[in-house]
Amino acid sequence: MDWTFIQKYWPDYLEAAGLTLRIGIAGILCAVLVGIFCSAVLYFKVPVLRRIVAVYIELSRNTPLLVQLFFLYFGLPKIGIRLEAGTCGIIGLTFLGGSYMTEAFRSSLEAVETIQFESAQSLGMTGVQTLRFVVLPQALATSVPAVVANIIFLLKETSVFSGIALADLMYVAKDLIGLYYQTGEALLMLVAAYLIILLPISIIGTILERKVRYAGFGN
Amino acid sequence: MQDLGISILFKGTNFLRLLGGLGITLKISLISAALSVPLGIAFGMFMTIKNPVTRAISRIYLDFIRIMPQLVLLFIVFFGATRMFGWNLSNEFSAIFVFAMWGTAEMGDLVRSALISIPKHQYESAEALGMTKLQTYFQIIIPQTLRRLIPNTINLVTRMIKTTSLVVLIGIVEVMKVGQQIIDANRFEYPTAALWIYGVIFFLYFFTCWPISIVAKKLEAKWKN
Repeated sequence: MDWTFIQKYWPDYLEAAGLTLRIGIAGILCAVLVGIFCSAVLYFKVPVLRRIVAVYIELSRNTPLLVQLFFLYFGLPKIGIRLEAGTCGIIGLTFLGGSYMTEAFRSSLEAVETIQFESAQSLGMTGVQTLRFVVLPQALATSVPAVVANIIFLLKETSVFSGIALADLMYVAKDLIGLYYQTGEALLMLVAAYLIILLPISIIGTILERKVRYAGFGN
Repeated sequence: MQDLGISILFKGTNFLRLLGGLGITLKISLISAALSVPLGIAFGMFMTIKNPVTRAISRIYLDFIRIMPQLVLLFIVFFGATRMFGWNLSNEFSAIFVFAMWGTAEMGDLVRSALISIPKHQYESAEALGMTKLQTYFQIIIPQTLRRLIPNTINLVTRMIKTTSLVVLIGIVEVMKVGQQIIDANRFEYPTAALWIYGVIFFLYFFTCWPISIVAKKLEAKWKN
């Protein structure tokens, strides 16, 4: 192991990790918004829109992110839509993550049992009150594990950004391997960088999962 | 000639070449899936052993494989193994090796959760009915486990197919690479080729994975207790 090499180049990884995280977080936030919107459409069975959402979910869940990105980055400029690599990354992550977030929210909304609605109704609550005080608090709590799993999944997926020439962690590692042939060191730093980013989220996820287990009612 | 861009597909054997590329993708993912299922079942049973040492080993393996992006694992095996041990692994072998390792971890976790989800009273009720151990397993436990396991395993196959798209980044000539070649070869005649080729690849993946997902969903709905 060549430690001076590691000392010299770890700032490159730091910068790349910053880029990975910036695009990752932006994409995840957009994906959560898309997820909230789409799950609301599905939950309230909005006509027409729910068909579109269903098609979107199938398209997004059954195609790889790399193919989506190649289409956005190399395909769309041919019809005059020129997007920056970073923008492509965020759009791609939103397109992919949106459907996963939708599923997470939808299934936890549906997991709220009918008896909860009936009880709320018999207490004289209005529809909005039921949603605000009974359904959403339970649904949000039960959706936490799935959402955390999706966040980890999406952050992992950012590794394919190197395919569209974004200087993320993978790209830096590949670059260093190509330039100096210090493969072991470059890969070690790569693994360390992903562990530092993802391990805490995974641990927080496990803790949250244990906590929200108490939130399930009636089962 | 933007409106004629799609005709690139029908020029020469372009479309067949794309399908051939998809075949390589499918071959890699199906071999990996075929290896992952038996290995994953073994790993899943290994994970249910109540022994702190085996628990720790399986936990570390599972968590490491799950936390690392598959592309990183591919790079470790493809570039790292060559450099560190002098093994000259072909890119196809590296891909299958990595996806089988990853699939084993994922499948193992599915098997483990299916095994521990069978409540203890199922065993006890079978015993109370006078069934032997063998009968209990074959008539009570395994059928219930399979119901939970099969839809998830099918989903794992679609994930495997989608993940295999990464192998283009370690230089395997699969559907994306063939697409790039077609685009590059026709750069001047068909300037808009990239749009059509990547669009078609998008739908090739979609029409491969979508039917499989539907089967998984149908089975899941059918077997829901």
